[in-house]
Amino acid sequence: MADVSSSNRGTAQAKPEIDRNALAIALHRKSRSFGPFFWIPMCWLILVAIACIFAPFWGLPPADEIDWAYIQSPPVEGHPLGTDNLGRDMLSRIIWGGRVSLTVGFAAPFIGVGLGMILGMIAGYYRGWADEVIGILIDAWLAIPGLVVLLLFSVVFGGSLFMVCVSLGLLFIPTAARITRAATLNYSGREFVLAAKAMGASDFRILRKEIFPNIIWPLIAFILIDIPIAIVIEGALSFLGLSVKAPTPSWGGIIAEGREVLETMPHIAMYPTIIMFLTVLCFNLVGDAIRRRLADVREGAI
Amino acid sequence: MRYLLYRLRRLAIVLGVVTFITFLLVNVLPGDVAYQMAGMDSSEEEVQAIRDELGLGRPVLVRYAEWVGGVFTGDWGKSFISDENVWDAITDRFPVSFELMILAQFLALAMAIPAGIASAFRPNGRADRIIGGLAFASVSMPSFMTAILLIFVFALGLGWLPATGYEPLSSGLWANLRPMILPALSLALVEWTILMRTLRVEMIAVLQENYIALARAKGMSNLRILLVHALRPSSFSMITLLGLQVARLLGGTIIIEQIFGIPGVGRLLIHAVYTRDFIVIQGCVTFFALAFVTANFLVDIAYAWLDPRIRTGGAHG
Repeated sequence: MADVSSSNRGTAQAKPEIDRNALAIALHRKSRSFGPFFWIPMCWLILVAIACIFAPFWGLPPADEIDWAYIQSPPVEGHPLGTDNLGRDMLSRIIWGGRVSLTVGFAAPFIGVGLGMILGMIAGYYRGWADEVIGILIDAWLAIPGLVVLLLFSVVFGGSLFMVCVSLGLLFIPTAARITRAATLNYSGREFVLAAKAMGASDFRILRKEIFPNIIWPLIAFILIDIPIAIVIEGALSFLGLSVKAPTPSWGGIIAEGREVLETMPHIAMYPTIIMFLTVLCFNLVGDAIRRRLADVREGAI
Repeated sequence: MRYLLYRLRRLAIVLGVVTFITFLLVNVLPGDVAYQMAGMDSSEEEVQAIRDELGLGRPVLVRYAEWVGGVFTGDWGKSFISDENVWDAITDRFPVSFELMILAQFLALAMAIPAGIASAFRPNGRADRIIGGLAFASVSMPSFMTAILLIFVFALGLGWLPATGYEPLSSGLWANLRPMILPALSLALVEWTILMRTLRVEMIAVLQENYIALARAKGMSNLRILLVHALRPSSFSMITLLGLQVARLLGGTIIIEQIFGIPGVGRLLIHAVYTRDFIVIQGCVTFFALAFVTANFLVDIAYAWLDPRIRTGGAHG
């Protein structure tokens, strides 16, 4: 793909005024390959992912180790991003905090979209009272602001990483269920489903073999959109101190700690803010590029 | 009319489900409120006495029924911690949150409408791309991060606006608005992108219509076409979204009120969560759900007002 597009571009540039249509076609091909707005963010994400996954191997001071010689210090040797108001190494805290953000960012959308898909398929395939009940539940779910749901869950179930992932995942159920329901409705009347039914296939088999492969692509696009959203909401939650418990660092938590000393030591809040902003922005850019690639996804994405 | 009734019934069921689920959730809270009220070193009998007094020993369903009955008669219960009437506590604080939300929506619209028009005028043109890029950046910026940056620049760096605090309206309009600007702005900077994108998409479609071509053929200026002829028919989805965003904004105000120290419903809820004051949590959630449902209903009315087709259709039957 890459060779074709570059060779096309080459010929188009060599003799541009011969055929304007050829140029247009060549430019079109070019725009279909992933541009720098995909690869640069992708590099950043890979960098962040490697930094977070292999966090124990970088020889950094532990995230909760207090260095009494440097308390609230700007960047110095040994602490490349300085230390926070308790003298803990910022770089190490940001990297360990990234582990929380990335875990939640990937786990929550998968949990939510998985559950939402099951509900949506049931509602769209069986219709009737199941559809009605699921519809009411979804409406009820949507009537409470997401953050309020999370507050409730964080109080009821406590602040373990697993519970944060699950309760954040629940937020993605309504939209995922709606997308799935619409797509399932669309496909369950098609000829190949009727044919499968006529051949005596069970409902489960039809859902798994006939409908699932058709509706999975819009949902994958939806997961891609949800990853940055999940990271942002986890940030907000830990900013309020209601995500993972206190000594475990998380980006939102570091920003909240830095807010108190914003005037004297702005770097404590600013570094995690910048890193989080870049990461979320890159997830958005990469997700957008992939979403455009999945051509038939357009109808399903929100 | 039939449709309206159907929707009303559906909304009532939704409210019932919401309150019931919250009631269940809040009542399986691990920290027993009676223990907290009795204090650290109280005997088991004292705790039991408080439990009896509050009626915590009875089945959840009975208490739920009682609570619902109370809601209809204006008795939302009393806070276990501060002994404040929940309904009074919410209605005292709601105007503050409401002001913040209205200001935020207003700022968001003030950004979204010009930006949406500018980018719909020439899709994929230079303005469209710049605005699209800005939208991408600001949607990647959650409100609490925007708030921190705004405080850093405008309150600490330039010293133009206060970083926290709230002044009641009685101490003057400007004094009241001044501390509200940064919180509203940090909410608006997230919300405007969705409004802008919706307006843009719909406006691009509207600009393809025949009557726009006619207006152009009559020699009307671009500005007049965009503002007078294209804006109103393009704004339906955006109006719907304004209503739906109420839920998002209510969630957003929680964190913003916490950062800027604004005494609104959001802070009441956060405080109740920290102290596990479950009757207040229950009241706040119910209130949020009610507000959301009402907002959606108002959107339907605004819809009819904006789109004459719905209005006259309703009048004739």
